[in-house]
Amino acid sequence: FFISTGWEKKLQNAVYSELNVFPSPCHPAAPPEHMKEPLAYMRKAQGSWEKRILKSLNSMCTELSIPLAQKRPASEQKELLNKWNEMGTDEPDLSLFRPVYAPKDFLEVLMNLRNPNYENGEQPSFRNHLGLIQVPLKVKDIPELKEDFNELGLNTGQLGIDDSAQVPPEFFESEHVRVGQKVLAEQDSAAAQQYVRQGCPTALRADLWALILNISNQPEDILYYEQLKSNVIQHDLLVDSLIYKDVKLTASNDDYYFVFEDYLYQVLLCFSRDTSVLEHFTYSSATPPKSYIQGKRNFYKKRSGRFLLTTTVVPLNYNSFILSVAPLCFLYHEPSKLYQIFREMYVRFFFRLHSISSHPSGIVSLCLLFETLLQTHLPQLFYHLREIGAQPLRISFKWMVRAFSGYLATDQLLLLWDRILGYNSLEILAVLAAAVFAFRAVNLMEVTSLAAAE
Amino acid sequence: LGIMAGKVKWVTDIEKSVLINNFEKRGWIQVAENEDWNFYWMSVQTIRNVFSVETGYRLSDDQIVNHFPNHYELTRKDLMVKNIKRYRKELEKEGSPLAEKDENGKYIYLDFVPVTFMLPADYNLFVEEFRKNPSSTWIMKPCGKAQGKGIFLINKLSQIKKWSRDSKTSSFVSQSSKEAYVISLYINNPLLIGGKKFDLRLYVLVSTYRPLRCYMYKLGFCRFCTVKYTPSTSELDNMFVHLTNVAIQRHGDDYNHIHGGKWTVSNLRLYLESTRGKEVTNKLFDEIHWIIVQSLKAVAPVMNNDKHCFECYGYDIIIDDKLKPWLIEVNASPSLTSSTANDRILKYNLINDTLNIAVPNGEIPDCKWNKSPPKEVLGNYEVLYDEEMAQSDGSDRDLRSRPGPSSGVKGTRARDLGKPVLTTWK
Repeated sequence: FFISTGWEKKLQNAVYSELNVFPSPCHPAAPPEHMKEPLAYMRKAQGSWEKRILKSLNSMCTELSIPLAQKRPASEQKELLNKWNEMGTDEPDLSLFRPVYAPKDFLEVLMNLRNPNYENGEQPSFRNHLGLIQVPLKVKDIPELKEDFNELGLNTGQLGIDDSAQVPPEFFESEHVRVGQKVLAEQDSAAAQQYVRQGCPTALRADLWALILNISNQPEDILYYEQLKSNVIQHDLLVDSLIYKDVKLTASNDDYYFVFEDYLYQVLLCFSRDTSVLEHFTYSSATPPKSYIQGKRNFYKKRSGRFLLTTTVVPLNYNSFILSVAPLCFLYHEPSKLYQIFREMYVRFFFRLHSISSHPSGIVSLCLLFETLLQTHLPQLFYHLREIGAQPLRISFKWMVRAFSGYLATDQLLLLWDRILGYNSLEILAVLAAAVFAFRAVNLMEVTSLAAAE
Repeated sequence: LGIMAGKVKWVTDIEKSVLINNFEKRGWIQVAENEDWNFYWMSVQTIRNVFSVETGYRLSDDQIVNHFPNHYELTRKDLMVKNIKRYRKELEKEGSPLAEKDENGKYIYLDFVPVTFMLPADYNLFVEEFRKNPSSTWIMKPCGKAQGKGIFLINKLSQIKKWSRDSKTSSFVSQSSKEAYVISLYINNPLLIGGKKFDLRLYVLVSTYRPLRCYMYKLGFCRFCTVKYTPSTSELDNMFVHLTNVAIQRHGDDYNHIHGGKWTVSNLRLYLESTRGKEVTNKLFDEIHWIIVQSLKAVAPVMNNDKHCFECYGYDIIIDDKLKPWLIEVNASPSLTSSTANDRILKYNLINDTLNIAVPNGEIPDCKWNKSPPKEVLGNYEVLYDEEMAQSDGSDRDLRSRPGPSSGVKGTRARDLGKPVLTTWK
């Protein structure tokens, strides 16, 4: 019965999905925080980073005399509902809002991370580590990476290379497409994940990603999205203005993504009210700042109660955030499906780019991986750039923190994200960043300043 | 050898940097109109003078110009429609399978121009059509203008009373052709992306009409309206919703100077393939190529195929929400103004590739050459249709002769032309 109705497959997919995100087993006596993040100094760093952001947010509230959250008056609610599909044309005065932090602020924090148990009195040199990140995390070297990323080897066909116009389709492309269609017909998550390591055909990508992320857009999912939407209509959050401003600064000016500006507002405004995102924090030590709604004073005159409205999610630098939603607009044009795909991508991958942890796909490890690769294989280049005050990480950090969105043409970006999904890891971002430097090594050896290097 | 390999002497009356930079980079020499010139990039007014009966003059074998003398057969809205209607009727008369109609009397393969009438001449015919669908919207366009000037939408007969009065009273002085209008059924279900309407601008180079040889520029673009699309009648007057011309949109509040509301055709393709699938996307692009070639075939018989001429057209195409492309109009002088940095690069390269094909090797031209450039010089152009090659490819019938088995013709028409070579129709 299970097999014939397809439920077996669905169960398998759901289990596989959970396995992907489940943290590895550890010592039974370990406390929950330890499970989320085993290194105490990392937890501490993340905690203080969050405090800093929250402080910044609160002071912005005070400065502008705007509460973190408030209920919208009925007329404003109605107006917003009418304009739901074209929020892009509404231009409130955003000049007083500033982004809570910039990528380089975050980089500064990462640079200053130190393991208190590790004595590193030595000056940075080729014998240890020349880069900006000075924590002793284990990162993979080339032989290990080669093994992990076996399917990206030169002898294996890849979409994006082996399907170009000069190559006859019989060589690789036709067969690959056929296999892809079969995988979709079978509705097998695990197979899909394996398949996309060689790239997705554009026509199959939307469905394959949904399969891997186990998103099926059921009626209850659509209902959930509608609830979030009504939440947006009813309550106004300070972060809404920050989102608005950041979308205007990034996506509206982008050659590829300006078309989808309105979708971005819809997705991000809903996302910042989505309490289900909290669940993912069971495997991350980050905790989002929560905002509470003040009841109307006359109603709550005799009470001092407040009630939890929503959470706002940690990465208040919406810049990176926005650019991780935008490419998805090329794949999904139904808002609720687009929303779910984004949310899933966020809780599986992208949040690691904004929080401090020791996870191999966390931004700290990625930075270290990048620097190590570069230092090991292009030592002359690394040294030269360092000497001219252009530490390579300063350039590549923003690429990685945005998963290259905004830095690659969309079709190439999607091929990159195929691999992120396929390998369930962000390590490929660091490898790509290092490869870019390798590719441009000759030119870079000749530059004499950070600006020129950029 | 020094005298023989003289530099090309050029003239232009269009002061655009994308043109001039291209001439200068080839080491060509600028001269005045009344001097001996080899290459003249002229405006449409000038071509009229060159070929007019009173002021015209003969061009010599080493002179090339960038317009065909009667390009307006294609580029004037009313004449384009007239020629296409005539072409269809001729095919029908011959019993060509291309002219096949469906059960509603619509052409299956040749219905790519929205229903159009000339005003005031066809006013009564228009009224008849309008009454069949009284809730339809129609778009009024002046025949002789460009850049969206003078265009407006109507949904009531009363809004065009002026043209009815004129046609009824025959004693009225006949309108000069400048004031003639075309009225077309408005496509009120355009394909929307991000909720916004857009159209396609594609560049097509024609080097000769008989035999027809045309090239399509691979780097076309989509022009988006800055305002969300709505078919609501209350917004019929809002040209920011309906007209995609950059000349109009750039005055909107939300116009952005970085991307200029433009998307590349490859973005469009990526989006459509990802959201709609590869087959329907390929079919759409095949159809776009098809309608361009058919429009050129329609005017080929009446075109003055002067050997001194080539022309680069700007085709405007709208895609509706059923992924059917519609030919809106063809421009003889597509804008060479650049609204963004990317735009400037695109137009510079467009002119560059055009000159490489029209003026082989950048040397002083000889109009007797066979106009068959080698593949290497095409740049971003690809061959759209080469009548000579199509005919020499074995089944040497052109579309006017008695057709063979109809499946053969339909088959070739519908073939997947997603990859480079497009000359598969016979």
